[in-house]
Amino acid sequence: MSTSTVSNSGKIKWWGGRISPANVEYGKLMMWFFLISDALTFGAFLISYGTTRFATASWPDPNKVFNAVPGLEGHYPLVYVSIMTFILIVSSVTMVLAVQAGQRLDKKAVVINLVLTIIGGLMFVGCQALEWIHLHHEGAWWGRNPFLNYDGTAASPNFTNYFFTITGFHGFHVSTGILINIIMLIMTLCGTFDKRKSYLMIEKAGLYWHFVDLVWVFVFTCFYLI
Amino acid sequence: MENIEYSEAKRSSLKKEVIKVTVILTVVTIIELIMGFIMMDWAEGSFKRHLFKGIIIILMLAKAYYIVAHFMHLGHENKIMKRLIVVPLLIFIWFIIAFLADGHSYLELRSKYDPYSVEMNEKVLPAEHGQHQDAEHHEAEQE
Repeated sequence: MSTSTVSNSGKIKWWGGRISPANVEYGKLMMWFFLISDALTFGAFLISYGTTRFATASWPDPNKVFNAVPGLEGHYPLVYVSIMTFILIVSSVTMVLAVQAGQRLDKKAVVINLVLTIIGGLMFVGCQALEWIHLHHEGAWWGRNPFLNYDGTAASPNFTNYFFTITGFHGFHVSTGILINIIMLIMTLCGTFDKRKSYLMIEKAGLYWHFVDLVWVFVFTCFYLI
Repeated sequence: MENIEYSEAKRSSLKKEVIKVTVILTVVTIIELIMGFIMMDWAEGSFKRHLFKGIIIILMLAKAYYIVAHFMHLGHENKIMKRLIVVPLLIFIWFIIAFLADGHSYLELRSKYDPYSVEMNEKVLPAEHGQHQDAEHHEAEQE
């Protein structure tokens, strides 16, 4: 850092020129801006869902709709979705570990943690696919809602439309995240980041992956819990 | 851009942070799930159910804070970067309040001026044919 960016009192003059005021690498800043726009998209979806729920007198009970666990007979509400949630939390943790390993240029640890993250992501998407197949067999799809409201009245297809659209959009993000992580893994194995002496790309992929996890926190709460 | 020297102390402090946040996220999720199981049998629209839903939303925001601040590292960026990200998202405060109020007002208006929708809302269907609404019977009733 050149001396002109530091004032006499030793404070850094962020707006004095020569340095980025946000003190973040360009690509990372742009990833953050992309995530803001993506947050607004997801926010619009979820708020639209909330608006519809507030405008509807009754709504299906998620504990009665999402109560199946593959391989088990009987009704287990919340169990399957909690498994999915924990898978995503764990894959988020391994992604943090990959980013930190990248910061200390530890190629082996980056590879291990990226592989674990990809496996976690694939497990999550697989779980979601199973859930969609199950719901489809029950007769639920876009425009079709076999479930009754909690008070026994007929429910509108709004419920299934929102569920499939929002979890589908989230699942699409997870799939994209897996693809990005696979590309990062290939680049790591090829030694691209070693040549650059910087694993910053992993940090950007990590931001995206954590955002996907963050969105799931909201989707999970809005659809399954409340 | 930044070439951080990774001392053992820094590495272990980072590791501690990851473990701490993981434990917090896991515990909060378990609390949410327990609350979900407890409120399962409570009547929809009752006060205690609304209270639990409110607590779950607060816990959800706490989880979001930990993910953004620690996993996404925003808590360690400088003040300008934090404001750059957080200030645009403040639009959600307006967004949520305005649209939920709009939905609620639509429900109120319909219940006042659209008796048909009220009747539909109160019509309990037999569990077997949930999809099929008995339209003809309904029209006859309305006459």
